[in-house]
Amino acid sequence: MDSLSKLDQVKTTPWAGGRSPWSVEYGKIMMWFFLLSDAFTFSSLLVYYGAQRFSKFAWPDPDLVFQSIPGFADHGYPLVFVGIMTFILIMSSVTMVLAVEAGHRRSKKEVIWWMVATIIGGLMFLGCQAIEWTHLHHEGFWWGTNPASGLKEEGAIKAALQPFFDGDISFVSAQQFANLFFTITGFHGFHVFSGVVINIIILCMVINGTFEKRGHYLMVEKVGLYWHFVDLVWVFVFTFFYLV
Amino acid sequence: MSAHQTHTDDHAHEAHESMSKSKIWKVFFILLFITVIEFIIALWAIPGHHMSQHVGNYVYIALTLLKAFYIVAYFMHLKYEKLGLQLSLTVSFIFIIYFIVLMLIEGGYLHLHMPKV
Repeated sequence: MDSLSKLDQVKTTPWAGGRSPWSVEYGKIMMWFFLLSDAFTFSSLLVYYGAQRFSKFAWPDPDLVFQSIPGFADHGYPLVFVGIMTFILIMSSVTMVLAVEAGHRRSKKEVIWWMVATIIGGLMFLGCQAIEWTHLHHEGFWWGTNPASGLKEEGAIKAALQPFFDGDISFVSAQQFANLFFTITGFHGFHVFSGVVINIIILCMVINGTFEKRGHYLMVEKVGLYWHFVDLVWVFVFTFFYLV
Repeated sequence: MSAHQTHTDDHAHEAHESMSKSKIWKVFFILLFITVIEFIIALWAIPGHHMSQHVGNYVYIALTLLKAFYIVAYFMHLKYEKLGLQLSLTVSFIFIIYFIVLMLIEGGYLHLHMPKV
């Protein structure tokens, strides 16, 4: 075998040029790398949360902070409401994959139906989060304030914070918990909100028949990636804020 | 290297089609099942002293990573992508793991050396 034919052989490999080595469309690769950078952002927020929690001698007990079911019971049901939220988000992730699957079959009607279901799921999640935030706000938690803010006497501070702690109480921990809870779930909620907006835009394009003319539903796959990422982040937020 | 990659090239498209409706619902039930286990630990095992909070935390993290695997591999379809893309998206998390270890050690140090407020 002479060297020229060897060269031809080398050229057939995926990285020899002339074709996409990952055989993934450009926009999809860019979505993946955007999500990677976004994952780093969320990681840094959660890592800071972890470092704060490790550094404190006491931390609010999630089972005591989150124990209401709005419109049903004010306390005594830890994790139930957030369980419903988690279920809604996983469910909307499933409807999103089903939209992608229908897109592979180029069934416009099914894509529309599953996209609508996904958007409804996203809006339900946002509604639940708004209720959750309102509830915590009424208890006195917000950025920069906690139930014991403004109190001077040690006894009054202890009385205000004791319902949220199992054992020792810490004013600084209660404040850091509030700041981080609203920042991290807020940043996640903002992602859910923008995901819903992008889903609505794509839904309009599906209804207009843009992707039918284009011959493929790759755009649905791309927003699908974003939507699943939002679900993925929630899995981590749920564990570190509500379970651990 | 070349033989392997040209082979997977033809393979990828077949696998692409394999994310059928039944597979989607199977993954959904796995995710639901893992979440139910987390709830059983949080509402029964730890309050009933069948498991310590410390052990529970490790179980939670393991189950969370398992859920993350199912979402990324099947819903986000990464399992059926080329090895190159898979590696470029996952290997960089080594830095995040390193960052987690650093910051938790730092937090642990402050835990011992800061005034209790």
